[in-house]
Amino acid sequence: MPAVGASLANRRGMHRGAVPDPMSASIELENVTAEFGSFRAVDNVSVTIEAGEFFSFLGPSGCGKTTILRMVSGFISPTSGTIRIGGKDMRDQRPNQRPTALIFQNLALFPLMPVWENIAFGLEVRGVDKKIRRERAEELLALVDLPNAADKSVSQLSGGQKQRVAIARALAVEPSVMLLDEPLSALDLKLRQHMRAELRAIQKRTQVTFIYITHDQGEALAMSDRVAVMSHGKLQQVAPPRDIYDRPANGFVASFVGENNVFAGEIAASGNGQADFRTPLGTFQARLGPNAGANSKLYLRPEHVRLSHEAASANSIPVEVTDIAFEGNFISILTQDASGRTIVSEARNDGSSPLPEKGARLNATFDPDHAVILTDDVPLKAGAH
Amino acid sequence: MNNLLRRYGTTLTVIVCLLTAFWLLVLVILPNLYLFENSFRPYLPVQDIGGPKDTYSFNNYMTFFSSPIHISVFLWTIVFSSLVTFLCFVFAYPLAYYLSKKVSVKSLPTLFLVLTIPLWVSEIMRSFAWFIILSLKGPLNILLMSIDVIEKPIRWMTGFRSVMIGLVYTYVLFMLFPIYNAIQSLDTNQIEAAEDLGAPWWRTHWRVILPHAKPGIASGSVMVFMLSAGSILVPSLLASTNSRWFTEIIQQWIFESLDWNTGSAYAFLLLILCTIFVTLVMRVFRVKLSDIAK
Repeated sequence: MPAVGASLANRRGMHRGAVPDPMSASIELENVTAEFGSFRAVDNVSVTIEAGEFFSFLGPSGCGKTTILRMVSGFISPTSGTIRIGGKDMRDQRPNQRPTALIFQNLALFPLMPVWENIAFGLEVRGVDKKIRRERAEELLALVDLPNAADKSVSQLSGGQKQRVAIARALAVEPSVMLLDEPLSALDLKLRQHMRAELRAIQKRTQVTFIYITHDQGEALAMSDRVAVMSHGKLQQVAPPRDIYDRPANGFVASFVGENNVFAGEIAASGNGQADFRTPLGTFQARLGPNAGANSKLYLRPEHVRLSHEAASANSIPVEVTDIAFEGNFISILTQDASGRTIVSEARNDGSSPLPEKGARLNATFDPDHAVILTDDVPLKAGAH
Repeated sequence: MNNLLRRYGTTLTVIVCLLTAFWLLVLVILPNLYLFENSFRPYLPVQDIGGPKDTYSFNNYMTFFSSPIHISVFLWTIVFSSLVTFLCFVFAYPLAYYLSKKVSVKSLPTLFLVLTIPLWVSEIMRSFAWFIILSLKGPLNILLMSIDVIEKPIRWMTGFRSVMIGLVYTYVLFMLFPIYNAIQSLDTNQIEAAEDLGAPWWRTHWRVILPHAKPGIASGSVMVFMLSAGSILVPSLLASTNSRWFTEIIQQWIFESLDWNTGSAYAFLLLILCTIFVTLVMRVFRVKLSDIAK
């Protein structure tokens, strides 16, 4: 990082909102595999992350996402494959030689240093003068909205404040790539939602490439430009959040991201992207997913299930309401069909439609466009979600 | 106490408490009090004990301060005990770091076993072993000559050389374990975070690991220093004619001059002066007593 001194000099007096020079870099993973003994944690992963992108790896614990992060930061070497940052092969580059900054899950702040020394540690390492280090630390504290904390000790800070210090410490070394390992998982819900927006704003402000690791689909969907869904060390789908949710590539993605009613059955007839799907409950019309085939199932999101008194001509299942769960912004209505299986429907809590009574006999209907036929190539790990 | 009663029953609790009290009172406190009282009384022929000459005074303590030789022996003891402490740290710190952060959990028990086996042998045996190893025609010189490192045998047992070797060997584990415990409690993520921020290994040690290990280093140092300064076996077995340890002077007062009074005054002087020295050093390194107790 040769330009630290110079870029610090012309950035003196920078205050909140000032945009540092964009210096993000792209990351390419090419056939990257990581094995620990006989266990294959990451299995032939290839993906290119654009410079300045907010990119998330989403998956259940043990899916290999943290291993990818540690390989990019340099703490683990891939068993095979190539990692390039900014076009440069990272093989044999130690973590302290890479243009990455990692934010650890437990933040790993240095408890024996005051806040400003924590933030300036990376500059201290680079031999930056103490006075400039201090100034830079205060600039960064302003950037993360935490002024007047420079001389506090880490233990005096709250969870969210520690979070900000960790971000400032990582930004201080002006990394081209920020790596975040579930940094919000220890925070409470309100703070987590607030920090989501903050992180996103900081990323936009600094234009640094962010790689974000999480098992929380809400975080991944809300913050990312693109999301990679992982399972068993393999990439299942890489797409913008909307596509992940609306156009899942396979059954795993559909069931891991968001809720689904799943119907087993078989494709009776197909054509024009649509198919008739035969189930024990009857035959439904649905959209053919990208990997629909012999062992496919029908996936239907609860918010697309409508309950009405009249039966529709197609895609209609007679059900009985068994339970109503109030979730706040929406209401989850649990129903049972004739065979006793549960079909979940969700209604927005906006007062637009009256809620059905428990025990009411209704028809669950759905639009063929909203039901998708997919194959679950990867079994969802028990208890992973 | 209630907990103890509930767990072990009345009989066992009483036995345990009595035994502890016996050890503390009869074997530790009373002998020390006896010596302490004696250190203020003059050394007298038997018939004068309890007579008019038997009065309390600081004369025994003043004997030390009016003897330049004894003062110099004391100062050298402090200097070389500090050197032993420093050498123990130099050996123990890297080893402790390696054991707590680098070694796989599987091989740890074996390594600890290998490290502690020498402790099973009594200190006197170990000192004699070093006496043999270091002697002029001993195995060390033969080995060094046979691999052409040296041409003529080295006289190891001269000056404080062999005493240093013996003391470091005897007390290095007292430094290792506290430092090991301290580094063990350091979150490995912090080491990785420092490296990730660009720190070379030495700066990670200087700024992150060493400060964290400071309480362990402090308690290890206090132990090694006090044990070294109070050691009698190693200095008397491995000493040469020109290396005298302060404890040897105490021994001379008591066993050769049979002057227990001055001997005990010297023993308490050793304790008090070493305590002052340790306190001062702790001030310099900004270590608090509460850090050590952790």
